[in-house]
Amino acid sequence: MSANTGTGAAAGGGAMGAAGNGAGAPVAISDLSRSYGAVRALDGLTLEIAPGEFVALLGPSGCGKTTALRILAGFETADTGSVTVDGRDVSPVPAAKRDMGMVFQSYSLFPNMSALDNVGFGLRMRRLPSPARRKRAGELLDLVGLTDQARKYPHQMSGGQQQRVALARALAIEPRVLLLDEPLSALDAKVRLQLREQIRSLQRRLGTTTLFVTHDQEEALSMADRVGVMRDGRLEQIAEPGQLYAEPATAFVAEFVGIMSRIPGERQGPDEVSVLGMVVPVRGVTAAGLSGDVDVLVRPEDLRTSVQPGGNGIVTDRTFLGSVTRVSVLLSGDVTVKVDQPTAEAATMAPGTSVQVSLPGTAVLVTARR
Amino acid sequence: MAAIGPMAAAAGVAAEAQAPSPATKPAARRRTFPVWRWAILLIAGVFFLIPLYAGLRFAGLKAFGKVFTYPGFGSAVGLSLRLAVITTILTLVLMVPTTVYVHLRLPQIRRGMEGITILPIVIPPIVLIIGVLKVAPGFLLGTPYLLALVYVILAMPFAYRSLDAGLRAIDLKTLVEASNSLGAGWPATLWRVVLPNIRTAMLSATVLTVALVLGEFTMASLALYETFPVWIVQFEQNAGPVTTAASLLALFVTWILLMVIVTVGSRSARRRGGAQVALFTVAPQEVNLTTGEPE
Repeated sequence: MSANTGTGAAAGGGAMGAAGNGAGAPVAISDLSRSYGAVRALDGLTLEIAPGEFVALLGPSGCGKTTALRILAGFETADTGSVTVDGRDVSPVPAAKRDMGMVFQSYSLFPNMSALDNVGFGLRMRRLPSPARRKRAGELLDLVGLTDQARKYPHQMSGGQQQRVALARALAIEPRVLLLDEPLSALDAKVRLQLREQIRSLQRRLGTTTLFVTHDQEEALSMADRVGVMRDGRLEQIAEPGQLYAEPATAFVAEFVGIMSRIPGERQGPDEVSVLGMVVPVRGVTAAGLSGDVDVLVRPEDLRTSVQPGGNGIVTDRTFLGSVTRVSVLLSGDVTVKVDQPTAEAATMAPGTSVQVSLPGTAVLVTARR
Repeated sequence: MAAIGPMAAAAGVAAEAQAPSPATKPAARRRTFPVWRWAILLIAGVFFLIPLYAGLRFAGLKAFGKVFTYPGFGSAVGLSLRLAVITTILTLVLMVPTTVYVHLRLPQIRRGMEGITILPIVIPPIVLIIGVLKVAPGFLLGTPYLLALVYVILAMPFAYRSLDAGLRAIDLKTLVEASNSLGAGWPATLWRVVLPNIRTAMLSATVLTVALVLGEFTMASLALYETFPVWIVQFEQNAGPVTTAASLLALFVTWILLMVIVTVGSRSARRRGGAQVALFTVAPQEVNLTTGEPE
């Protein structure tokens, strides 16, 4: 709250009141495991979140990210491992006493209460007297830009409005940790984008420690300070979005975050690999001791292609993305690669065109042959 | 007739509540409203109304005035009403938390619950009451309120189904978790979040329970308590017109009562975007209540 300026300070400061230390608490999750029958939902998850940090857990469905969030919220219990908030073990604390604000994927507003009463619910449970409660709830609604909807019932509001009320409701209790369980996935694209920015700027302003669970990499990369990629109940890698994209630690992360093409190559030595008929430097390997036949992982923007009769590939598809067009090229050996080409150049590459795909000297990531 | 009267009234109201309002129908569809629908409606109407009309003719209007002065009338009605109130309270107190708990924690036994709760309909009342009279402790055998306990069992199929449908219509798990995360313990969550959102279902359960208690004859008569239906049957022997008037009166009063409950319930539900009150609610499409999967 300290660095607030302008209108943000006015609204936020009022809403957060005396306990303006809504500024988040540090969270430490260590060695968390949870099984459902034979399914291991969490397999030794360890994760630390700094005070005020916004961490996203990203992964395919079934990877355990929601389970982790629900254990943190107190809705599920872990088989082993511990969760501490502000240095205190919260395992014995019931969900109702954890002071964690949560926004759910499905609209979770209480249908029998107006927007104002929904936002005030947590304060009511904290026995705040009615006038103060209404005032605070009003301020929170103002914070999410819904003052004029205060008297509306959930069914009278759009999905985006409902999620904003849900956000205000979660923030009203000045949570030590804010938990977001895919809050945007039920919304349409435009609203999702707006709300994404709104959540991010609110979180920055209030400094609430936040854990955000999503399967949408764009959401995770654009909102979070750090993104943890999960797979089979484990954290594959956690890093800042840029680093995650540029230096994926594993093939899974590389292929899950952003677009990645796999091209067969041959390791020539510790620092070089031959691929597409040229020798390029190795930037990293996903496993030690890889030699001989390997796969090379390349981003679409790192590849170049030009029209060339008798080239090494044939264009199969084109996707217009604005300034660039993503061209799919079929190489020999049934390998398809995606190449981002300036749209003007891609105009000449209709499906069926013979092209030459090359790697202009970029260092690449090397992984085991699949 | 008196014995089934109130339940018949309940069914009538149910049909009314579920019928789509004509105002929402496009004019074109109304014009092509098939003739056979009217025919069926007419046949059903005649089927239900003729006995009522016959009863009215037989009783004559004067008999209606005499009903209230007949010996035993007041105490019989009073007993039936007391039983209705007690049964309803017991039913709701037992069934609401049970159904909520099953939905939240034991969704896998929901099918089993449906089977168990249908038993009181399958087992004839006469079997039930004879069993109860054999095993009931003495202090209960001496009081008519024993009937209330049995009626709770009888009302269970209706109450469970109403509540089950009501709970299916809301995303109970998410609402409860949202409430918990905001600091509400179980009592507050139940009182402020769950109950207000299944009010319509509770209303349906109440209406059905009341209708059942006001019309139940077999058990009351075998247990030798003079509830309203028992009183009607006993007096029919020597004062036919009066008891017929009494049963018609019971039918109309119950019907009006149910209409009032349904109308009031629907109005307040509509204000909050809820469904209309229908006594036999058809459960909506299942909405991912049981995310049995970890993700």
